[in-house]
Amino acid sequence: MSVAPAEVEVERPAADEDVVPDTPWVTIVWNDPVNLMSYVTYVFQKVFGYAKPRAEKLMLDVHHKGRAVVSSGTRESMERDAEILHGYGLWATVNHDR
Amino acid sequence: MAGFRRTTRGVSARFTSGQAGILRNLVAQVAELVGGPGAADPPPAGAPAKPGDAADGELPLDLAAILAMDGPAAPPEDPVLARLLPDAYGDDPEAAGEFRRYTEQGLRSGKVAAAHTVLATLPSDGGRVRLSAGDAEAWLRSLNDVRLALGVTLGITEDYEHELSELDPEDPREAYLHVYDWLTFLQETLVRALR
Repeated sequence: MSVAPAEVEVERPAADEDVVPDTPWVTIVWNDPVNLMSYVTYVFQKVFGYAKPRAEKLMLDVHHKGRAVVSSGTRESMERDAEILHGYGLWATVNHDR
Repeated sequence: MAGFRRTTRGVSARFTSGQAGILRNLVAQVAELVGGPGAADPPPAGAPAKPGDAADGELPLDLAAILAMDGPAAPPEDPVLARLLPDAYGDDPEAAGEFRRYTEQGLRSGKVAAAHTVLATLPSDGGRVRLSAGDAEAWLRSLNDVRLALGVTLGITEDYEHELSELDPEDPREAYLHVYDWLTFLQETLVRALR
């Protein structure tokens, strides 16, 4: 992701804070050099209804770790999430969390 | 160019005719790439922006050559289309194909619809644009699609601002990198205006 034109406050993502789902399917968002950090945060808030701190943490995970699990649940609901995220131009995949 | 800002009547920005021409051209190209020839509405009555009107000087408005967007049916291997319509399963081609079969048309339609919103709300001769919340959302998506398309075509990296500062003035990508930079700024101001 890129940031422009003003700096976004960067907070250090806390380790081991990821919500690891028990459910076998997850939606993963991957880092890319075009999507803006502010936009990705906006999309996570809009699509998932996440509060801003959670949306920003996920965004930073994508940015720093290259990817983040953004939702979990049934395969059908993960495909729905990926479809919506593709509509926003985010690079999302559905994975079986074995 | 001050970008978007929030006003009492929605978010707003002002465009020169050159800026409007460039943005409309790129949005229309993405719509045609994603939706096929004719997917972008013809421009409204009135003379289309001429290259000489462009705020950035000699920037040609026919970007098809550099963007490789002029094919009526871009193959799935087209890297721009591959980014705009990505696989949902990275390691399972069969599942990816199944997902694509059910979702790709809707995804294409949504991107074309967002492009239409931009084309319908951005006068070809520029001026002030005021957007409702719904229109602003479509603008965000469409600006992002254009940036993704340019990003793939130009080989944008997270360090592009540094590269831009060191670019050979003769580099054919130079004008387009400045356009990309402007669109990045525009999208950033729009996101901020919506928060």
